[in-house]
Amino acid sequence: MAYQIIESCVNCWACQPLCPTEAIYQATPHFLIDAKRCSECEGEYADPQCASICPIEGAILDSLGEALNPPGSLTGIEPARLEAVMAQMRAR
Amino acid sequence: MAQLSGTSVSDSTQEGCSASGCGGSQDQLAHLPEHIRQKVHNHPCYSEEAHHHFARMHVAVAPACNIQCHYCNRKYDCANESRPGVVSELLTPDQAVKKVLAVAATIPQMTVLGIAGPGDPLANPERTFETFRQLTERAPDIKLCVSTNGLALPEQIDELCRHNIDHVTITINCVDPDIGAEIYPWIFWNNRRIKGRKGAAILIEQQQRGLELLTERGVLVKVNSVMIPGVNDTHLEEVSRVVKAKGAFLHNVMPLIAEAEHGTFYGVMGQRGPTHIELQALQDRCAGDMTMMRHCRQCRADAVGMLGEDRGDEFSMDKVERMEIDYAEAMVQRADYQRTVEANRTAQAERRGETLISLASLKRPVKESRPVLMAVATSGGGVINQHFGHAREFLIYEASAIDVRFIGHRKVDLYCSGDVSCGEGESVLQQTIRALEGCEAVLCSKIGFEPWEQLERAGIQPNGEYAMEPIEEAVAALYAEMVASGALNRAEAPQPMRISA
Repeated sequence: MAYQIIESCVNCWACQPLCPTEAIYQATPHFLIDAKRCSECEGEYADPQCASICPIEGAILDSLGEALNPPGSLTGIEPARLEAVMAQMRAR
Repeated sequence: MAQLSGTSVSDSTQEGCSASGCGGSQDQLAHLPEHIRQKVHNHPCYSEEAHHHFARMHVAVAPACNIQCHYCNRKYDCANESRPGVVSELLTPDQAVKKVLAVAATIPQMTVLGIAGPGDPLANPERTFETFRQLTERAPDIKLCVSTNGLALPEQIDELCRHNIDHVTITINCVDPDIGAEIYPWIFWNNRRIKGRKGAAILIEQQQRGLELLTERGVLVKVNSVMIPGVNDTHLEEVSRVVKAKGAFLHNVMPLIAEAEHGTFYGVMGQRGPTHIELQALQDRCAGDMTMMRHCRQCRADAVGMLGEDRGDEFSMDKVERMEIDYAEAMVQRADYQRTVEANRTAQAERRGETLISLASLKRPVKESRPVLMAVATSGGGVINQHFGHAREFLIYEASAIDVRFIGHRKVDLYCSGDVSCGEGESVLQQTIRALEGCEAVLCSKIGFEPWEQLERAGIQPNGEYAMEPIEEAVAALYAEMVASGALNRAEAPQPMRISA
């Protein structure tokens, strides 16, 4: 069982110092989680620390590949609204 | 800088007059105790007058953040943008220290080093304090400051004070958790993400405690607030009252910057920013017994140089690595340079003090001539020395029968000098004229025929007669002309014609 950080990570460093098992490390092009070390914060904290401070929706996945912070959960912007605005901008 | 708008001419004469606006910063800061005025004297971000003479720099060592604000998008980075949070190069503390030494040796006007993100400096305590620790030791002539959202402030106060920081800026957008819930979707607190009103309430409590603790210890606190129309615009008067009561010495109300392109909540949801007129009106309403900051340029988190300019490109890390710096020698030169600046500054203040007498004459001709807003194109030095078409920003002054006061500045390239895809197809001239809304005259060194005509049509009188003359004197003189010509006899300002966008 381990989480993973994917390419939408913006390298903001917020998660790295919080990880109780020091599983998160700086890498290129983005931070990574060492699967062998990651405990999903089991027995340490009620909530996984990396996912609880990450500002980017969808950047951290659980062991099933599901986003711990799904679209709309952090920004409050509904995905449909975001898509509409992006489409508008592309049209310009 | 409004609370002294009622400063009488005789007071100003006694006090001397600042570089930008009679009743300007020296007067505005006059209510502060001497030890605080000393701290502010050479700080470009705190003293409106000092920003004409001294430079600041920010180093981007603090990328992590512990809260989310609806006006911020952590994914965003644009080389052409000049606004808070935007940064092109993240530095390690060691790199930051190198860069500071290089800049300080090259730009002797630099007096202040700030850490302002792109995240929150106090959410990155190791990086922030390592930078401060090294600088305290290696560049003792540079003042240090931080800008923070305040969440981690109370816990970090001891560490902050250890680094001999005499200024802290806290961004406080509300003191009411219900309003906070509309600005902050979440905070990270005690190892949990806390959403909505509950999170906002914790943030507000921490900010207020931090403010109290800092002022107790004699650390100067400036409060930044972002004006968000329909969200906190009316509430900010209350914020201003509260923070002043708790000892904040300067309040900086800034306009929300929100474009869909930025990908922020407010940008995407179509939340508008305030107009210049709305911002100015709120700043005036907040100006009670404390100074309002009007010269903020909402600069980048890695800005370098005088306020309003950014010389960051000259100091990218690859360039800094190649520079050889003898900082001991540089410190001697910096001290010399700054002494010269100080001497010039004193001389200027004395000269200005004399010119105030002529302003008194403005009282005579008219019983109740109304105040007038004027825009000025200047590239610095306190004189009107810029071509209308070259101005990227205009300084705005209010002239009245009592005095001339600096009101603020208005950017005309709207935060972005990027390609056409960023804009809405509005011509630069149209944008500029719109940015000058409410002004009745614009003073510049020169101006072309087309903009002249269009400005006149918009109800703004162009004026190139005062080229190379000191700003306040020219504004006062033009005001006197307008009074004499009877242009101001109407009770209300003429409604300037709208330019279609």
